[in-house]
Amino acid sequence: MLSPADIAALWLTVQVASLATIILLLLGTPLAWWLVRSQFRGKSICNALVALPLVLPPSVLGFYLLVLMGPNGAVGKLTTELGLGTLPFTFTGLVVASVLYSLPFVVQPLQTAFTAIGNAPLEAAATLRASPLDTFFTVVIPLSRTGFLTAAILGFTHTVGEFGVVLMVGGNIPERTRVVSVQIYNHVEAMEYSQAHGLAGGLLVFSFLVLLLLYSTLKTNPVSPIK
Amino acid sequence: MTEAIIAQFKLDYGAFSLDVDLRLPSSGITVLFGHSGSGKTTLLRCIAGLQHAPHGLLAINGTTWQDSENKLFLPTHKRSLGYVFQEANLFAHLTVLGNLCYGLKRIGHTANTAQFDQVIELLGIAHLLDRMPERLSGGERQRVAIARALVLNPELLLMDEPLASLDSQRKQEILPFLTRLHNELNIPVLYVTHSQQEVAQLADYLVLLADGKVQAAGLLSDTLSRIDLPQAQDKQAASVWQVTVIEHETAYHLTRVAFAGGELSLPAIDAELNTALRIQIYARDVSITLEISKATSILNVLPATITDMIDDKEGQSVVRLQVGSQTLLAHITRKSAQLLALHTGMMVYVQIKGTSILN
Repeated sequence: MLSPADIAALWLTVQVASLATIILLLLGTPLAWWLVRSQFRGKSICNALVALPLVLPPSVLGFYLLVLMGPNGAVGKLTTELGLGTLPFTFTGLVVASVLYSLPFVVQPLQTAFTAIGNAPLEAAATLRASPLDTFFTVVIPLSRTGFLTAAILGFTHTVGEFGVVLMVGGNIPERTRVVSVQIYNHVEAMEYSQAHGLAGGLLVFSFLVLLLLYSTLKTNPVSPIK
Repeated sequence: MTEAIIAQFKLDYGAFSLDVDLRLPSSGITVLFGHSGSGKTTLLRCIAGLQHAPHGLLAINGTTWQDSENKLFLPTHKRSLGYVFQEANLFAHLTVLGNLCYGLKRIGHTANTAQFDQVIELLGIAHLLDRMPERLSGGERQRVAIARALVLNPELLLMDEPLASLDSQRKQEILPFLTRLHNELNIPVLYVTHSQQEVAQLADYLVLLADGKVQAAGLLSDTLSRIDLPQAQDKQAASVWQVTVIEHETAYHLTRVAFAGGELSLPAIDAELNTALRIQIYARDVSITLEISKATSILNVLPATITDMIDDKEGQSVVRLQVGSQTLLAHITRKSAQLLALHTGMMVYVQIKGTSILN
């Protein structure tokens, strides 16, 4: 039922989404912690910037990324200087765009989880000789398990589901930037509805199962991506 | 008294300010007493380093923890202290044993020590070690929290109203453990409370705080008998005496106890001879007479000297007396005081209508 091109698109999607999720957790954790703990005045600006991809049309984000990472953009010039070439229409470019696009879906659940922990366990840890970094790894992270689970699942599934940003930044290059959502679009454009059904149905079932797993693991409502 | 804890703090939050300069003993239980908003918890948090007072000097047994003038501020995790919070504040993701070992690991110790076993035994939590905190009762949780602080064998134990979140039954469950802690471990304790009962039961040294300032500080008996303080005029005003069991009069269901300078009869106490006890005598239960009346039902009539008197605004006289070497407070009506022509230095007899045993 799935053509080799479909399978290639699926495999590429899994790679992009996995890599993006890992990067998102590594970047999002300190960012979320900083946003929760710091007394910095410009915090609202940072919060708004992080939340921006939630409301922005993906094509807008994709357009600016394309311009920035292109040969005349600031990022593009930098990557060319570093000998990396330009990022648009490459796998790396796709991952970078995905990270920005899914950032709020990882950062916001973590922020909510960190806020819920409150000060008390941190103070208890300090009186038990744990340094702040030690406390973060041995108290904050274990107590935020559900926040991390929610963040990882939302980050992954949201990246799988992106379309506009991908089309703008990645284009439609088989096995390099053609992910599932783009492949479905190609099938529909070519009036290949049965192939489109194969992928679209698969994605629908996958997303539902993942969310079902999330909700049943947490019993209660998972942390909402929007506060 | 060894003056081993020096604590000076100044902070100003506008609506609330703290300004204290204390010298506290390095042994026994020092109670910081005051109403909510008096600054007692803030003071404790400053001592722990959980709050950073801009002006402070804090030294514990010769080790400086804070010296603002020299820009020294040791972070909490580098201070040799134990802290028991109002809520037990256990780590929800660790078992009881995991909670107890959390601090131990960080000072390079393990749970395989006699001291660890002693603390577990003292607080009666040996059967709880494998449980998760959510499966403990409030009282058990607080006992684990106390043990978690104690196993570190800190130089100073700080307790912030550890009983306040418990109902009176759970309080009675934990108080004996605190008394044992007092008797068996040699760790100085700073104990914050607004309960007079806990003051009477636990304090060796008492600091009275009001509006962020120290009203009085001194040995429990000295501070309680300061008749110039609102404490002595309160309806619950009481004297606390240290006594020793000397005889059981089983026929009358009475127990004789001795104090420094005399003896008392108390309702029968289930305690061995020579046991040291703390008793509390409410000022309202003490009356004064000029001569020993043979026709009285009151058993405890003792010779005493009036050392000070003060009238309050409501027709009551607060009298401080010396009985043997103990001080005693009496609340009598101003009319009686005038009829008997009481004055400082006068020899009288006190009749004690009731006492309560504190531990």
